[in-house]
Amino acid sequence: MAKAVVGDMMATYATITSPQAPPPMTPRSWNGMRVLGTGLVTLWALIAVALVGFLVHRWIPAYAAEYGPRYLSGVQTTLTLVVISVSSGALLSLPLAFARMSKSVVLRKLAVLYVSFFRGTPLIAQLFLIYYGFGTFHKQLDEIGLWVFFRDAWSCALFAFTLNTAAYQAEILRGAIESVPLGQYQGAFALGLKKFQAFRKIILPQALIVALRPYGNEIILMVKGSAIVAIVTILDLMGETRYAYSRSFDFQSYIWAALFYLVIVEGLRNLIVWIEDRLTHHLER
Amino acid sequence: MFRDRWHPMGSDLTWLGFGDSGYGDEIALGMLVTTALALATLPVGLIIGFLLATAKQSRERTLRLAADIYTTIFRSLPELVTMFLVYYGLQLGIREILRRLGLPSAVNINSFVAGLIALGLVFSAYASEILLSAFRAISNTQYEAGDSLGLRRGQTLLKIIAPQVFRIALPGLGNQWMELIKSTALVSAIGLPDILRQTGLAARITGNAFYFYAVACLLYLILTMASSIVIGRVERWLKRSWAT
Repeated sequence: MAKAVVGDMMATYATITSPQAPPPMTPRSWNGMRVLGTGLVTLWALIAVALVGFLVHRWIPAYAAEYGPRYLSGVQTTLTLVVISVSSGALLSLPLAFARMSKSVVLRKLAVLYVSFFRGTPLIAQLFLIYYGFGTFHKQLDEIGLWVFFRDAWSCALFAFTLNTAAYQAEILRGAIESVPLGQYQGAFALGLKKFQAFRKIILPQALIVALRPYGNEIILMVKGSAIVAIVTILDLMGETRYAYSRSFDFQSYIWAALFYLVIVEGLRNLIVWIEDRLTHHLER
Repeated sequence: MFRDRWHPMGSDLTWLGFGDSGYGDEIALGMLVTTALALATLPVGLIIGFLLATAKQSRERTLRLAADIYTTIFRSLPELVTMFLVYYGLQLGIREILRRLGLPSAVNINSFVAGLIALGLVFSAYASEILLSAFRAISNTQYEAGDSLGLRRGQTLLKIIAPQVFRIALPGLGNQWMELIKSTALVSAIGLPDILRQTGLAARITGNAFYFYAVACLLYLILTMASSIVIGRVERWLKRSWAT
């Protein structure tokens, strides 16, 4: 008797849970939003086709042969500038961030002054102040042997970019360190760690994970910001572009620059996201 | 009077005098141009950014795609490149169209307009992301509450959602406004007489570059500091209902 009931139930389950065809898809209707969206995507596609068409139409082997290698060397210059200034800015940002968090009022005020100056004025104005402005003092600089440094556009650009990114990185670092809860310090001290050990082994690793994304953004901002060095005669990617345009008056030079920057920045952005995913794997819920 | 301009060294305040003897009036014009450009770009950028943010949270995937392409492009390109693309590209495009129509094609695009368009493109791309995350921070129950009070969708958006979105987005938008002020310095590269260009002219004529570029930095600092004070006030005012 009981067996028959169980058998019945099994049969019912079998009919209920047996594979069934999914319900038919409801066709997406053409509402106003879809028309608008399709129109806009089509517009982008048309722009892309027009750009490719323009580049193909204007493809001159002589142009590519003359300016192609120059563009590549421009990319190299841009990346070199960013790598050097971001890493030396990172070094400089350490004392700045600690001065900003220091107990001494004077140190704190000085750090705040530095950071607000470099974050409150345009990078291009800072570059001009250093490259053109220091020329005012070339006699005095010559006497102490620093004129060689400030006469050169490349070293001035490196100097300005380093000072600028140090201010931003100091703020990133400070924010990240302050985001680590106080309990982490207390825990470290309870374990008998010295202050420096606690900072290096407990606080800093957690702070750097918080700082990952802002650091990535800062690198991207530096890549984009580095375009202005073209104005002080440095032949970075933008500089080579301006050179090509001034020689050929061919608008494709700017389109190539845009494509190069798009590839570099998007590549960098994806790389940073990938690194962040790898490093924060253990934090995912 | 003229000799004052060639004063050899030092920070001479007569350089900042108005009239023939100083560059005060020229630099004041630069300040005006910079401020006007930033203020004119703000509403344009905010409106486009808002439209982009709504497109990005639309159920329609083509709309999302179109908005994402926009943001990707204008967040990746350096402002200077966008500026030159707009300035030269628009000029070439308009000339080409006029030529095809058989009209005289010797037009020059106004560098203020080119700067406004370029900065607006960049600002709106960033603003859309900020607004989008602010929209996402608001829970669905807010919309449901609006519905249950008998408000129409538009009313709910205007009276319940918008104030909260603005409150959440304000710090981000404030940062973006600072970036906008600083980006305006790039229009000097397409010949607009802004702070940097005017001080640069004075620097070249007097030969005292350090003094005038320091003045430029100071003026930008004044603009950003004043903005941060105003934004801070508005933020506190908007947060007055939050018991935090």
